[in-house]
Amino acid sequence: MRIRLRNSWLAVLLAASTSAIAADVTLLNVSYDPTRELYRDVNAAFAAQWKQQSGDTLTIRQSHGGSGKQARSVIDGLQADVVTLALSYDIDGLHENGNLVPADWQKRLPDNSAPYTSTIVFLVRKGNPKQLKDWNDLVRDGVGVITPNPKTSGGARWNYLAAWAYARRTLGSDDAARDFVTKLYRNVPVLDTGARGATTTFVERGQGDVLLAWENEALLAVREIGKDRFEIVVPSLSILAEPPVSVVDKVVDKRGTRAVAESYLRFLYTPQGQELAAKHHYRPRDRSVAEKYAADFPALTLVTVDEAFGGWHRAHQTHFADGASFDRIYVPGR
Amino acid sequence: MKRGVARPPALRDPWWLALPLILVALAFAALFLLLPLVAVFGYAFEKGWDVFVTAIGDPDAREAIRLTVQVAAISVPANLVFGIAAAWLVTRFEFRGKGLLVSLIDLPFAVSPVIAGLVYVLLFGLHGWLGEWLAERDIHVIFALPGIVLATVFVTFPIVARELIPLMQAQGDEEEQAARTLGASGFTMFWRVTLPKIGWGLLYGVILCNARAMGEFGAVSVVSGHIRGLTNTMPLHVEILYNEYQSTAAFAVAALLALLALVTLVLKHAIGWRIARTTSDESSTEARP
Repeated sequence: MRIRLRNSWLAVLLAASTSAIAADVTLLNVSYDPTRELYRDVNAAFAAQWKQQSGDTLTIRQSHGGSGKQARSVIDGLQADVVTLALSYDIDGLHENGNLVPADWQKRLPDNSAPYTSTIVFLVRKGNPKQLKDWNDLVRDGVGVITPNPKTSGGARWNYLAAWAYARRTLGSDDAARDFVTKLYRNVPVLDTGARGATTTFVERGQGDVLLAWENEALLAVREIGKDRFEIVVPSLSILAEPPVSVVDKVVDKRGTRAVAESYLRFLYTPQGQELAAKHHYRPRDRSVAEKYAADFPALTLVTVDEAFGGWHRAHQTHFADGASFDRIYVPGR
Repeated sequence: MKRGVARPPALRDPWWLALPLILVALAFAALFLLLPLVAVFGYAFEKGWDVFVTAIGDPDAREAIRLTVQVAAISVPANLVFGIAAAWLVTRFEFRGKGLLVSLIDLPFAVSPVIAGLVYVLLFGLHGWLGEWLAERDIHVIFALPGIVLATVFVTFPIVARELIPLMQAQGDEEEQAARTLGASGFTMFWRVTLPKIGWGLLYGVILCNARAMGEFGAVSVVSGHIRGLTNTMPLHVEILYNEYQSTAAFAVAALLALLALVTLVLKHAIGWRIARTTSDESSTEARP
């Protein structure tokens, strides 16, 4: 296997130097967990297009895992040509450790280098028996809210910040928001360590009345597990998640794959790429594609972490660091 | 305990003690061992033979199976050679630091597999001790086959040696000494005398080692990089499929792994029985269980 790989790299180098000869090219896309189905389709579509354009046979390999863990692997030497992760914070890490990407990586592609977006919605049991319509319904007595631990789960931080942003917008101050979020976490019977664990708690073990989840994960769960058991409720306000993409400069320059890697990422912004994103439950950036899929993605007010919380570093310091807001809000067993 | 010899009544356990204990043991085995095994095969064939075959025939699954076999094919012989050498050294020679060596051999049993994987990341990762040097020469260790083999060798390191050391200690070295005095070379002695003596124990160790090598998850997960169709072994592939809501496919691959475990178990028993018979034929030494 090593030998085959080495050969294909040689072929890539040859193609780079003589470029007239058709060659076998491989790319490695290191991504986070919920994008598996999306990139399976994107890879097939782009490989076909690239074959037409250049004559080269392109194989795109995928690696999936928790976003932070995947970034760590790339820092440790996983030869990713492109990274497509959950948080810009993780790609910043590639710059800070080993200068794998330049500091201004996020300015290289449109829309903060995030070709698609997602948000946090509610997954409730069929028929919505507790009539949960918006965030203020979640703090009522007797409502069980399932969300993972923001100390350990990236997804849970989005949930927390979305609730906070809603409360501050409707109640007017950070103090009121703190009270609101405190009440909400009193309704959480169990804090799982990760998003998938929380989904299992809600879906398989039947705990709680509402699961706070990624829109794309919630849509996927409904499709895979059954429309007759769950439905999605979109709150009036939520948070805008922008999962960013980037080429890994150090790797593509060494392997001579910069051209194909950059075209691959730009493909995500084309109407075809945007269609695929929408089909896999990510909100497309492209206006016309977004209109076409408007029924899947109800309109709601979306705030970004940058506007509402002054960026991820600030949000982390204020809310999730040891002794910060969350530690004061959540006292287990209360 | 010798078979076929009834114990005097005073030494027998009373039935009211024996019966509940036997029932508890059986219930435990059924609940925690048999039931999960049945469940794995049940889920695997839930949607029929065709779905099972499709799941196993998927290119990524086939590649995972191929990689798993390849990793075992490299790491098991490596540990076979090491195991014999280590057992030979420990049982035939007296030297300083022998206790330390024996403890070192056991180290992989003691540390968590995750640590086993991380150690290699620290050594061979881009920011590890040898990372720069390897990167300059375009040699890839972790997130590639060599790393997976290293992690597997580490985890399965003690198994063969641990099987051989007690066996060789029990057997002693009189035959080897006789062979040497009759003029046999070192190699002849090893090939004609030692190897036949330890043969069954060796095979037993190799089978256990192989089962663990194919089934290892933790250490391999850390160094694999999870590239589909390239660095995913069977256990990693099972996890991926399960997380993608492809339960049937996940259990199909899991069933294949479980099948390996069953084959291992049968072989292990057959060999254990063989060892017990040969050693009780030769001497009165206590047989291995």
